[in-house]
Amino acid sequence: MITRPLARWFDDRLRASSFAHHALNKVFPDDWSFMLGEIALYSFVILVLTGTFLTFFFTPSSKEIVYQGSYAPLRGTRMSEAYASVLKISFDVRGGLVFRQMHHWAANLFVAAIVIHLVRIFFTGAFRRPRELNWLIGVTLLALGIFNGFTGYSLPDDLLSGTGLRIAYSIALSIPVVGTWTAFLIFGGEFPSQDILRRLLITHIMIVPALLVALISAHLAILWRQKHTQFRGRGRTETNVVGSKLWPTYAAKSLGLFFGIAAVGGLLQINPIWLYGPFNPSTVTSPAQPDWYLGWVEGALRIFPPWEFRSFGHAVPNPFYPAVLLPGVTFLILYAWPFLERWATGDRAEHHLLDRARDHPARTAIGAGAFTFYVVLHFAASNDLLAKTFLVSVSAVTWAFRILVVTLPVLVGAITYAWLSAVHRSEAEGVLRVPLAAFVPVEPPPTDDEGEHVEPPPGHGLYDPRSTAP
Amino acid sequence: MNRPARDQRSFARAIGGAFALSAAASIGLTVVYALGGQPQIEGALIGASLGGLALGFVWWGTHLLPQGPFVEEREPLTSAPAERLAFTEDFTRLAQETPRRRFLGRMLLVAVGALAAAAVFPIRSLGPGPGRSLFRTAWRRGSKLVTEEGGPVAVGDLPVGGVVTVFAEASVGVADSQTILVRVDPASFRPLPGRETWSPQGYLAYSKICTHAGCPVGLYEQSTNSLFCPCHQSVFDVVDGAKPVAGPATRPLPQLPLEVGPDGLLRAQSDFTEPVGPGYWNEGS
Ligand code: FES
Repeated sequence: MITRPLARWFDDRLRASSFAHHALNKVFPDDWSFMLGEIALYSFVILVLTGTFLTFFFTPSSKEIVYQGSYAPLRGTRMSEAYASVLKISFDVRGGLVFRQMHHWAANLFVAAIVIHLVRIFFTGAFRRPRELNWLIGVTLLALGIFNGFTGYSLPDDLLSGTGLRIAYSIALSIPVVGTWTAFLIFGGEFPSQDILRRLLITHIMIVPALLVALISAHLAILWRQKHTQFRGRGRTETNVVGSKLWPTYAAKSLGLFFGIAAVGGLLQINPIWLYGPFNPSTVTSPAQPDWYLGWVEGALRIFPPWEFRSFGHAVPNPFYPAVLLPGVTFLILYAWPFLERWATGDRAEHHLLDRARDHPARTAIGAGAFTFYVVLHFAASNDLLAKTFLVSVSAVTWAFRILVVTLPVLVGAITYAWLSAVHRSEAEGVLRVPLAAFVPVEPPPTDDEGEHVEPPPGHGLYDPRSTAP
Repeated sequence: MNRPARDQRSFARAIGGAFALSAAASIGLTVVYALGGQPQIEGALIGASLGGLALGFVWWGTHLLPQGPFVEEREPLTSAPAERLAFTEDFTRLAQETPRRRFLGRMLLVAVGALAAAAVFPIRSLGPGPGRSLFRTAWRRGSKLVTEEGGPVAVGDLPVGGVVTVFAEASVGVADSQTILVRVDPASFRPLPGRETWSPQGYLAYSKICTHAGCPVGLYEQSTNSLFCPCHQSVFDVVDGAKPVAGPATRPLPQLPLEVGPDGLLRAQSDFTEPVGPGYWNEGS
């Protein structure tokens, strides 16, 4: 085998053995919910690989040409060079369509995994000291992921993406005081401008990916330094980590996950831009919807009442509130959450053991309410489709959503709070006399689904956390 | 936690099988590709080749490799006081050995701040200033109304209830000039005060750019005389100055004053009298 001499060669020059030894023995907890961040990471790797391939064939130009390629239904149509190049990728470049679909799937999965990862981190309290830094980085990654998803969605210059850009331009325009300048500087003039596709491409393939790489690296380095959190369970304490070793068990599972994620993308069709047709500023398809991760903004745009602020010849137009203010406040609260909670609870201690949702009824209730809010907005983005399906008027559906978006989160939050507090109390009394209590594990889960037992290995001096916990 | 050897052997066989499947799919992929490619088959084969690897690795990890649990102790994340002190001393060396350090510090701040401010200016190169461009469109006094194909619209061209997208002549396709021309029965509505001469023979022309977020307001429903925006479902009442009657839009669609020229062609009396499209901060000035 060549590996041994090779390893020696490097070690003679880098003195890497001790670090490598530590690294390979690093322990990773075995809970499935810890895979979510990994899924995001691997989606990113797939995005970079497939995206690089696509870059070789994409032309970021809005110059109008007449299509002569191999997709017959559009032959002879006037379209931008950008749209024509995406048709070429889909129909004329060998393997091109598969790469495009994998890229698009991975993008959707990337954001989805980040969102669910964030939800997991939130409800288990994993953002508490010492992990606030990684929370901040993670929230930034989410924002960048959504943003880059949108820039990528806009590149093909098909009818849907062009409509999305038109709306984005109008949203930029709606910002008080600096809106017109912002829109003109971003788009290089009044919509539709000649420059925007090139700018989107540079942003999409260089600026944001570079930021993502830097932040993901920092995220992982900090994780490495601070080690994973873990759920409560026998043998698990604030001062240890219990799980499998990086090498070989964890690495094998993790590689399996990577290939599993990559496999999904090849199989399913997504975003058949050739059916939408080229962008033309005076046509629009109906229904027009963005990719899922912008559904909540789209929903907010649809159901926000026709209000706006106007005085002394100045206006803060309607799209500003649902599409600038709401996302701004959303991310502000996300960023601030660890500090808000610390301020509210006064808890400044270090935490490596995770909470269960019911350990912290207030946090869980707020989280559940907030989550409901965004889910309702998400469905509101389909108000026209729902109206069609249920044969009611769009405005009735819109009104229903306007009411739901205010009431449902409060309701969900209140019910969650009451229920969890009851579970919490009765647990303290040692009896579970609460409706639906079967859905919460009574004991701290000592095993995971593999049925592994955490027996203290001999000589490890493990102790029961509950007997020593403060 | 070791499994019986027989179990292990059958897992090893399964894992080997998964890897073999993956290899076969990859070879198949190469062949399909060499023969000219076919997206569905390519997709399926990529799925199989990656999926085989995935299965193999997961089985290997969960069935053949040591399952632990292993325990690793955490080291404290905070530096020891002595380390902290040593670092503070290192760092403050700069200040201790510099005379007039407050003055130097301030000047350094000014220099760096000025450089940062100067570095912002290239942003200005990114685009032209908005100027008055948002207040103007391509419509002028006497502009002929032409359809997307470039033909003019004569007064008899559209039946009552008809609708067509028009542009100013010589500006076909220009986004901010797109206008929707509707013909309604002149007896069925009363023009808004001040607009009595704008709608000859029941022709009403409105900017086609939604005042909400700029989508083209493309759908006209004759029975209710409404224009629908497909993006967020705003509805505008054609015979009431295109006032929004539902959805998030707040402003009516601006109306283009029309006249019939001596040649029987529809023409604009002037540009729109207010900014078209979605609102912005200084739209009223
Ligand atoms: S763009 Fe027309 S309703 Fe939003």
